[in-house]
Amino acid sequence: MSKQTGNERYQRQISLKELGESGQQKLKNSKVLVVGAGGLGCPALLYLAGAGIGRIGIVDFDLVSLSNLHRQVLFSVNDIGLSKSMRGGDILGQINPDIEIEVFNQKLTNTNALDILSGFDIILDGTDNFASRYLINDACVLLNKTLVYGAISRFEGQLAVFNKPSSNAEIPANYRDLFPLPPADDEVLNCEEAGVIGVLPGIIGTMMANETIKLITGIGEPLLNRLLTYNSLNNHFFEMELLVMPDTAKMIPSDADAFKAFNYNWFCNLHSNFELRHEDFELIMNEKDIQIVDVREQGEEPAIDDFTHIHIPLSHLKEQIPDIDAQTIILFCQSGKRSSSAAEILSKHFGKSRKIYSLKDGIAGWQKNK
Amino acid sequence: MQVQIMFFGQLADITGTPELILHDIPDTDTLQETLHQLYPALANIKYAIALNKKTIQGNTILSGDTNIALLPPFSGG
Repeated sequence: MSKQTGNERYQRQISLKELGESGQQKLKNSKVLVVGAGGLGCPALLYLAGAGIGRIGIVDFDLVSLSNLHRQVLFSVNDIGLSKSMRGGDILGQINPDIEIEVFNQKLTNTNALDILSGFDIILDGTDNFASRYLINDACVLLNKTLVYGAISRFEGQLAVFNKPSSNAEIPANYRDLFPLPPADDEVLNCEEAGVIGVLPGIIGTMMANETIKLITGIGEPLLNRLLTYNSLNNHFFEMELLVMPDTAKMIPSDADAFKAFNYNWFCNLHSNFELRHEDFELIMNEKDIQIVDVREQGEEPAIDDFTHIHIPLSHLKEQIPDIDAQTIILFCQSGKRSSSAAEILSKHFGKSRKIYSLKDGIAGWQKNK
Repeated sequence: MQVQIMFFGQLADITGTPELILHDIPDTDTLQETLHQLYPALANIKYAIALNKKTIQGNTILSGDTNIALLPPFSGG
């Protein structure tokens, strides 16, 4: 059945001379992964399946709930409680049985991401949190995969195509060229807190599918190295060009091992008042490009040999700032007070270019809880 | 010399306006200092800056009439 219905199914898009039979063949030969079958992922998946993308992957570990249905248009009340990726895969298979659908009913993490992403040509980021967004971006940079990015907040959406390898050896822009570091977790509201009308992710998710089809078939002008924002209240579109920033490359894990050792959850879930909890301290203390600094005065007890650190007394901190060269700086003192003042000083000096933390309750508190 | 500043996302909620015009601002560091004085909550938020629809990094001189867009990251999906 599939062969006979194939041409008829795609007739309306094949008849576009820009697309044609050859464009349809390109769609059929392409492999697209959608991470997140939510407000952005659902409309994107529907249109990608409809267009005849030969192989579609869906990554989502979540279950369908009633409050999803106003925007997650793949699902109905009968699907509540079912796996979004598995149920979504079934529904797409009913819409278009001619395509292959691969379901990843799991959370994308830094241990499985490289394996999952490497089986696809284009990755769509329809996730709802910064840890996933940075993880997907970095994985795409490591694997040289094109990333179609969409994100929303209240009545506004963002859309971009990142990291498309170019033929002229120019480095493409990626998400970190725009936002090198994630916001602290109290800076930004999520959908649950902020609210959203279902139409907005519908528009942005549909535009993500459109960019994907343009990239595959080579028609039009995809948003390469450009960011488009859309305001659904006044219908204003605003587009800007993204420059490749000199510092971006060194912020991204340099290889698969560094990527797997990078703690994205920790990286994206910190408070803005510098305070580092004990459990987070232990998670990250041995990671690369971290400097731990004892800001107590010379000779203060207890001496610490549990982890590698340098010693710069608070009284000499300003003169010795050049000794601190890591991207992430963790300061500690006896009780947490002086290290918090030290964090203020370093923050004024470095601005937002470094991640700066002060160990909660100092070394005394940490040793007591150890 | 006129600088038109556009605020996106929750930045507009902080400023209470999607747009602001300032005059005679020599560079983007001065612009940020001025904005952070006008709207202290802005100082605690990360955002990208685009000058005449191109992102910038580091302090950049403003000359002639310019358009500045301040853009926070969105995570929703």
